[in-house]
Amino acid sequence: MKKTVFLGALTVAGLAAGLVSAGTLDDVKARGTLNCGVSTGVPGFAEPDANGRWQGFDIAVCRAVAAAVLGDNNAIQFVPTTGKTRFTSLASGEIDMLARNTTWTLSRDVDLKFDFVGVNYYDGQGFMVKASTGITSASSPEIDGVTVCIQTGTTSELNLSDHFRSIGMSYEPLPVESGSEAVANYMAGSCDMFTTDRSALAARRATQEVPTDHVVLPEIISKEPLGPLVRHGDNEWGDVVRWTLNALITAEEFGVTAANAEELSEGTNNAEINRLLGSEGTMGEMLGLDADWAKRAIMSEGNYGEIFEANIGAGTIIGLPRGVNAMWTDGGLIYSPPFR
Amino acid sequence: MSTSISTERETFRLSMLLNDKRYRSYTFQFFALLVLICIIAYLGKNLVENLAKAGLNISYGFLEDPAGYDINQRLIEYNSQSSHLRAAFVGVLNTLLVAFLGCIMATVLGVTAGILRLSNNWIVAKLMTIYVEIFRNVPILIWILIISSIFMGVLPQPRAFRGENPEATMLWDMFAFTGRGVYTPGPIFFEGSLVVIGTFLLSIVSIFAFRRYARRKLYSEGKVIKTSWISLLLFFIPTIIVFYALGSPIGLEYPELKGFNFKGGIYARGSLISLWFALSIYTGAFIAEVVRAGIQSVDKGQTEAAAALGLRSNFIMNLVVLPQALRVIIPPMISFYLNITKNSSLALAVGYMDITSTLGGITLNQTGRAIEAVLLLMLFYLAISLSISAVMNVYNRSVMLKER
Repeated sequence: MKKTVFLGALTVAGLAAGLVSAGTLDDVKARGTLNCGVSTGVPGFAEPDANGRWQGFDIAVCRAVAAAVLGDNNAIQFVPTTGKTRFTSLASGEIDMLARNTTWTLSRDVDLKFDFVGVNYYDGQGFMVKASTGITSASSPEIDGVTVCIQTGTTSELNLSDHFRSIGMSYEPLPVESGSEAVANYMAGSCDMFTTDRSALAARRATQEVPTDHVVLPEIISKEPLGPLVRHGDNEWGDVVRWTLNALITAEEFGVTAANAEELSEGTNNAEINRLLGSEGTMGEMLGLDADWAKRAIMSEGNYGEIFEANIGAGTIIGLPRGVNAMWTDGGLIYSPPFR
Repeated sequence: MSTSISTERETFRLSMLLNDKRYRSYTFQFFALLVLICIIAYLGKNLVENLAKAGLNISYGFLEDPAGYDINQRLIEYNSQSSHLRAAFVGVLNTLLVAFLGCIMATVLGVTAGILRLSNNWIVAKLMTIYVEIFRNVPILIWILIISSIFMGVLPQPRAFRGENPEATMLWDMFAFTGRGVYTPGPIFFEGSLVVIGTFLLSIVSIFAFRRYARRKLYSEGKVIKTSWISLLLFFIPTIIVFYALGSPIGLEYPELKGFNFKGGIYARGSLISLWFALSIYTGAFIAEVVRAGIQSVDKGQTEAAAALGLRSNFIMNLVVLPQALRVIIPPMISFYLNITKNSSLALAVGYMDITSTLGGITLNQTGRAIEAVLLLMLFYLAISLSISAVMNVYNRSVMLKER
């Protein structure tokens, strides 16, 4: 078995270089579908709905890119990846981009040879406990010796270790493969505490039978900027994904929505909107796409704000506030470089 | 008359490599080997080139870096600041622990079930058939998950032990069976404990020496010495005397509920127990079949001959049937032990931190050094498998048919 893995790794590494050199943008166009790596299921962020259609905040990024490049936001092959398999999938060329609540870190960017194209959700790691335990803080002395469910292969694992070291208390990690498994263990009482990014905690909490039985503790022990990423070295493709994300953000800033994008693309007296929607300038051409690329991306699932509200916003069961993920004009961190 | 023999030694010609039956197979094997080497070299070269193109290189420097993650079950000192190498070593020990426990329990289960399957009691024999058929025909990963969820679901969680009227209580105030694992009292060693342990080991050695002496007496003088009683006395008396003479230098530490979990004593985690049980029950079913086959392979005439000599039935089993059956049983046992060791790599399914979960899981993930980590893993499993089969082969040779 080990031998197979090794030979597989050899072949994969062989294939990878082939794909990298050809240019992912051309590959995607030739193939007619976008291979998008997503998570195995986080409510609100990436989950197939009752009809088997993938839905969610991260999925919307894949759909926007597919719409911009291929003109069809359904021309996507979704590849579910776990925390362990995601980077191998991307490095090997199995997927063209990874849109899966992945934290942007220096080592992933530099050492693992990936390019993070931006941040679509500013998150931080938190803790969830059952309300019946009476814990109100993740640094109080009463949590000494606590058993914590943790997804392996994530930055959360390292943050957790650092957190307990800094407060000088002991804990017992219970490592599991996926978020759903972690929740199952947490519900069965195998662990007292579940830790992951707070957005995912909120999503998990919201989907429990009685959400108020669970408390997300106030501590935020890390910065977790989550965003889509591509392989390092294929800058044309990286630019396409980066600017598709920026287009969604710029659209929200200038009030371009899925509903009015068509109308606004006729031309407005705002030059930024005109450049975004292709009635002015040659932005699409520079990226190797046509002039309507951004319009299609926005019309796919709406602008950044619309995507947020539809999937994880206050109106959904997840009910996340915009918080730091508000537009920079509203005091948040969501900011796109200009389309110029 | 004397012409032929010396001239038949032909000189070797190159064409004989193809035409002569004696050499032809070597020629083919040589070319097959050459092709294989070329394929491997091509893949290897491809890998190195592509890695270089992607700006990656094969380096084991990461093993020195701090691991950064914690491991729940550690048999040696380890914390998140220890190196990846040490984390891998913790994993190695965890793998060896579960493999060792698994091999012992699988053997006990398998031998018992194998012998009972031949029982004259219809119910016992059928029950064992059911055990064998159910357990060996369902994949082991499923057994691991089933056992783990039964374990988690049936047993109470530590918080059930809390309060004035707890839902669950400890057995004799010593053992706590919880969904997170089993807590038992553990020994604490004070000054002088080494003497007690030394005495105990010495008495075990003397039991073996005594039995050897008794056997020699039997062979040389035909005198039968009862060994069982004296062995039993040797086992207990000296150790107990020394233990109390030194003022009980070994004490017991009881587990106690503190905060969220029990503290103190020995803690066998649920993950270890689930994995251990699943591995042993699953492999035990295979061993049972081999044991049954081994016993049945011994000719009936042997049993009858031994009975005709007047041997009692347990002597027939121990002295006549089993030694011959072992020749059949041992070789497949080697591969079962290897299977247990390799199947223990499914540990992550229940969150048991074996070598595949530490080096091949978290370390691989956090450093991104997939090829290096997988190569190391292969090397480890290869080394451990080869050592197990080496040890077992030595044993096999000792029970093999000795041709004189």
